[in-house]
Amino acid sequence: MSRKTQALAALCAGLMIAATGCGSSGDSGGDDNTIIWWHNSNNDPGKSYYEQVAKDFEKANPGVDVKVQAFAHEDMLTKLDAAFQSGDPEQIPDVYMERGGGELADHVAAGLTKDLSEDASDEIDMIGGSVAGWQVDDKTYALPFSIGVVGFWYNKDLFAKAGITTAPTTMEDFYAAVEKLKAAGIQPVSVGAKDAWPAAHYYYWTAVRECSQDVLTDAVKSLDFSDACFEKAGDDLADIVAKKPFNNGFLSTGAQEGPTSASGLLATGKVAMELAGHWEPGVMQGITEDKKGLGDKTGWFAFPQIEGGQGDPAAQMGGGDAWAVSEGAPDASVDFVKYLLSTKVQTGFAKNGMGLPTNPDATGALTDPALADLIKVRDSAPYVQLYFDTAFGQSVGGAMNDAIVNVFAGKGSAADIVKATQAAADKEK
Amino acid sequence: MTHDVTEPAAAAPGHATSDGRRTGSVRRAPGGPGGTGSAGPNRRGDDWRKRLEILVFVTPALALIALFVAWPIVTAVRFSVYDWKGFGDLTDFVGLENYAEVLGDEVFRSAVGHNMVIVVGSILLQLPLGVAIALLLNRKMRGQGLLRTIIFVPYVLAEVIAAVVWLQLLQPQYGFIDAFTAGIGLDPPEQGWLGTPEYALWIVLLVLTWKYLGLAVLLFLAGMQGVSEELHEAAQLDGASWWQTQWRITIPLLGPTMRTWAFLSMIGSIQCFDMIWVLTQGGPADATATMATYLIDEGTKRHNYGIAGAASVILFVIAFAMALAYQVLILRRDTKEDTV
Repeated sequence: MSRKTQALAALCAGLMIAATGCGSSGDSGGDDNTIIWWHNSNNDPGKSYYEQVAKDFEKANPGVDVKVQAFAHEDMLTKLDAAFQSGDPEQIPDVYMERGGGELADHVAAGLTKDLSEDASDEIDMIGGSVAGWQVDDKTYALPFSIGVVGFWYNKDLFAKAGITTAPTTMEDFYAAVEKLKAAGIQPVSVGAKDAWPAAHYYYWTAVRECSQDVLTDAVKSLDFSDACFEKAGDDLADIVAKKPFNNGFLSTGAQEGPTSASGLLATGKVAMELAGHWEPGVMQGITEDKKGLGDKTGWFAFPQIEGGQGDPAAQMGGGDAWAVSEGAPDASVDFVKYLLSTKVQTGFAKNGMGLPTNPDATGALTDPALADLIKVRDSAPYVQLYFDTAFGQSVGGAMNDAIVNVFAGKGSAADIVKATQAAADKEK
Repeated sequence: MTHDVTEPAAAAPGHATSDGRRTGSVRRAPGGPGGTGSAGPNRRGDDWRKRLEILVFVTPALALIALFVAWPIVTAVRFSVYDWKGFGDLTDFVGLENYAEVLGDEVFRSAVGHNMVIVVGSILLQLPLGVAIALLLNRKMRGQGLLRTIIFVPYVLAEVIAAVVWLQLLQPQYGFIDAFTAGIGLDPPEQGWLGTPEYALWIVLLVLTWKYLGLAVLLFLAGMQGVSEELHEAAQLDGASWWQTQWRITIPLLGPTMRTWAFLSMIGSIQCFDMIWVLTQGGPADATATMATYLIDEGTKRHNYGIAGAASVILFVIAFAMALAYQVLILRRDTKEDTV
């Protein structure tokens, strides 16, 4: 660490960067009453809303200074990694976003994240079971402020055109719908397999349908994938792929960027449906020229039931974001995070359509009809299984995602998914 | 890349200056007359001044190399013997386990294979094409400057920009190329050109050829300028045809340029990253993974920095060994010719 600082100092001197460039970072984090807050709502209304939230908090807590930094999502992740790598409290933000699961467990193991179990016990009780994804050894390290679920977003017009009257609830219904759409000359489903995770969501879902909650919870802890349901889920996935429901060229289709991405194909009426999270309406709005996405043609249905599966039929698969406090942060940071979860802030969060709030008193404030429906599904679920790649950590999750894409590409089997995942998991133990 | 380009292109003058400096003949000459009047002490003062001069001029460069080249290499080697997630202290020493894992990983081995395909494929495609185009452009004709510029434009484009353009052209179903093939009655592959594992690497190779052919042509053209006009005239007087002149005179004399170019091409191919990252991210199903995409995948995406460190060291060793072998086996001829 000290060597890095030296190197940085040398860099500053050597390149004659103006003193402001490197000098200013030094005095920002050390102050006991300055909270550095990183978030990824870098577009309005989210950006100005969060600025207002920070100001309100400063007003209510005289002497506390909240420094807000809004990043594009990917930039934030990169900067966060770099800050954690430096291990320097001056570089690490005081309040930041955690996705939970294995990633959080790594941060906890490295002593980077504060235990909030006691300080925020009221908020933890309020959020309820969903907080499980942000717990390590029964201690809670972050407070989820938005949790979404993954399901099929579909184009109501195209479904009607193909003569599909009710949204599929079982795999048989789903395959029948696929055939009807094909017969009507419509490509049924888009998937951004180039980015791996959109394809991987199919396997996460078949596993949530096939495996009981106990098996999944155990697997997260023990990283043991020997239960037969994991391979069965892979067989289900292979069945889906074999029915060829996907858009032409899905292996080189990206997830969300531009009109030829999986989201773009749905938004522009080129395909009838896509498996995606709660962000999908927002992404589609960003892609279409009129900024409306599919508008009132947008429909949603849950992943179809699989006959004989051990999973709870009402269980959901998804994930979310949580506010965490870094280990070296001033005490006021914890109060700030609690404030972010308050009914007032979460209501504004919901009103601005920034996500699916976790504070039950705020859920009614969602104005977007699609999201308002979705939150009912989420809240009636007995549990929401965290995305596997998040839950198991990036290393195991990455290996798993690659193996899943191989099945999409016709280069691997269900057994290969389990094998690759277990092999990566064994390295973690 | 740009560094590599300027260096060998300016190989001849570069040698001259470095030789001059090494022998010191140029420097000693002005020192000589100055030293004739007073003998010992003054000269020693000169020596000190010279040393100080060298120190002042060389230190900043050395410091930068240490900071941006040596230190990162040392760090990568250090990471490669630890199991490290990217934060916290380096505590979990695993010795050479990471290396064993990388070398045992099928994805990495296939990535090395893909790199080799790109190394060999680039040279096999670009060498004949480059020479042919350079020969054509070397003839006096109308619009010669314009044609030369057009050929060179792809090379000037940033690799990422070129890749994005090609990505759009190659979009399955909606891209220009698929629309074109469908338009003339052919069926484009179901998964698109970049989505079919069997084609993807070859498509990438074609795009790379499009991108880097300009450099080959430019270097070959420069080499051809060095072929004396008298040789051509002499050959013509002897009744050689245009083909014979090119085949027997121009191309053999282009040898050193070709060998230098092939060296650059090889190093570029081993490090190939940007184009592939934008076009396929190493997919589909790792069909276009290279060593560079592998280490980005393992490092920044999966946070296996130890594995990524080991992969980067292996990449370095492979590149270094190939460069060294090439220098010893092939480029040595040219340097010998130079010194003679």
